[in-house]
Amino acid sequence: MADTTTSVPPSRSRDLDKLLLRPGNLVGPRFEPGTELRDDLQTFAKVLVVGAGGLGCELLKDLALSGFKNLEVIDMDRIEVTNLNRQFLFRLEDVGKPKAEVAAKRVMERISGVHIVPHFCRIEDKDIDFYNDFSIIALGLDSVEARSYINTVACSFLEYDSDDTPREETIKPMVDGGTEGFKGHARVILPGITPCFECTIWLFPPQVKFPLCTLAETPRTAAHCIEYAHLIKWDEVHHGEPFDPDNPEHMKWVYNEAVKRAELFGIPGVTYSFTQGVVKNIIPAIASTNAIISAACALETLKIATECSKTLSNYLTYNGSEGLHTKVAEFERDKECLVCGPGIRIELDPSITLQKFMDLLEEHPKLRLSKASITHRGKNLYMQAPPVLEEMTRSNLSLSLFNLMGKLPNDVVHVNGITSKNDQKTTCLRKLRVVFKGVDGVTDMDTAGGA
Amino acid sequence: MIKLFKVKEKQRELAENASGGAPVKKQSAGELRLHKDISELNLPKSCTISFPNGKDDLMNFEVVIRPDDGFYLGGTFLFSFQVSPIYPHEAPKVKSKTKVYHPNIDLEGNVCLNILREDWKPVLNINTVIYGLYHLFTEPNYEDPLNHDAAAVLRENPKMFESNVRRAMAGGYVGQTFFPRCM
Repeated sequence: MADTTTSVPPSRSRDLDKLLLRPGNLVGPRFEPGTELRDDLQTFAKVLVVGAGGLGCELLKDLALSGFKNLEVIDMDRIEVTNLNRQFLFRLEDVGKPKAEVAAKRVMERISGVHIVPHFCRIEDKDIDFYNDFSIIALGLDSVEARSYINTVACSFLEYDSDDTPREETIKPMVDGGTEGFKGHARVILPGITPCFECTIWLFPPQVKFPLCTLAETPRTAAHCIEYAHLIKWDEVHHGEPFDPDNPEHMKWVYNEAVKRAELFGIPGVTYSFTQGVVKNIIPAIASTNAIISAACALETLKIATECSKTLSNYLTYNGSEGLHTKVAEFERDKECLVCGPGIRIELDPSITLQKFMDLLEEHPKLRLSKASITHRGKNLYMQAPPVLEEMTRSNLSLSLFNLMGKLPNDVVHVNGITSKNDQKTTCLRKLRVVFKGVDGVTDMDTAGGA
Repeated sequence: MIKLFKVKEKQRELAENASGGAPVKKQSAGELRLHKDISELNLPKSCTISFPNGKDDLMNFEVVIRPDDGFYLGGTFLFSFQVSPIYPHEAPKVKSKTKVYHPNIDLEGNVCLNILREDWKPVLNINTVIYGLYHLFTEPNYEDPLNHDAAAVLRENPKMFESNVRRAMAGGYVGQTFFPRCM
């Protein structure tokens, strides 16, 4: 082992060299060890870290130390005092500054040669093109909404060939990390190949919601008192002014009201930090869990980029002192996933009207879909119900579908309606890849994203 | 995949100004599911739905309920619906826009309906929620009170509750609270 790296200049990281300069048994089919790979990783791999909080700080540091030189980070939050125990890139004097900017600066100060571009904004504020620029997207997020959003964006780059195989160059890999107290998960998402976030969204437990009348009438716990102040009392006093969980004055107000409520009913346990926890749905974050999950995510990112080893198949869950499981049972793709699935490909004559198209759906052997309602890029082309929408969209029926779809040679539409399965009528929602014959000549490349 | 990144980087340099069919942000799965719910709505005559932002914004809409039975017969009640992008993982947010004297609806428009909070399931849909709201008017119940006073009156003196409801709907005071006319 001593001699393998003597002929090449060693990099800062001996451990990275061991992975990238030597052959191995578990490597991917295109893996070619050597300095070129190491250099290419620095030159061509561009990773976006979404979130600069507990996981994001770790991820930036880990990726920068794993040979990635082009990083960007996006986060809409500013640093709060309570972040400092685990978001180790931040100092007391940084409180109030944007997380993304401080995190980028601190990592660049400590790790020479790394370039990190911060983006202090919401993920929705960026154009979709912004996300297409990255080789891999690493997620250090804390909400289902944000994950679902990034997943939809990443899957919208995906294109399928006419035989429904995903086109490799359109796959935008994601590595998703998440932690809750002592537990966490790391997951690899290769849209079109492994299940996307939407395929398995049912895995997330529903949020606990207390009945409003319990809050109003019979509070029994500190959380009930806090939710009363947050959901009922706030509206009563601040007519129309929306509650902003990031405004400390709003939070203080809710806390004070919750304390009053708790005293009235003799309930112990309302504190300011618990109030924040209940209102913002926060589960205490543990620095070491973030470090473990981030390490797993950074390693997966490196494996996807270099193929120096097989990636996770396709997730791991870490359960604190109880251990970890991975390779137990893979998540499976939802074949009919509206976000990452290929949908059903239909070739059409550009002269077809919307009405004719709907007739065709009824006859289509794979669909047999009647009473169709059709939507394209957020525009409702036809709605069967309610009457008010049916009336507003009826005039589209005699128009050309090609024109209604903005004269694109191919694009995705979603239809729902009634179909028969084993003589049983069921409602269904389907994704269709519409390809117009003889337009633009690129009939074998359809966007699949679509959801 | 690094070779792929390399190729793509080169392609990008070449095709910097070539492509016209750039990808666009697609509809979320939640919007699509809502589209399905809306296109399958099957409402009773007493309920009508409208879309203040036009036919392409289904995430925000309004429902008018005109109960054809019970204490609230003759009244017109407006509800606003706000649906999240992760619908149906999360229930729609529903508020009453009409000030109503009702045991399960408070004066701020909060509605105590189990399927909007603790009993929401992704298999439920917009139709079930609207039926649930309709049901609140035909069968108000004093066991889940949001308006404490109204619930107490309904429990102890249904006749008086009925006359309070009539007075509120006609536009007038019940106790210290004024209710605008909604008939």
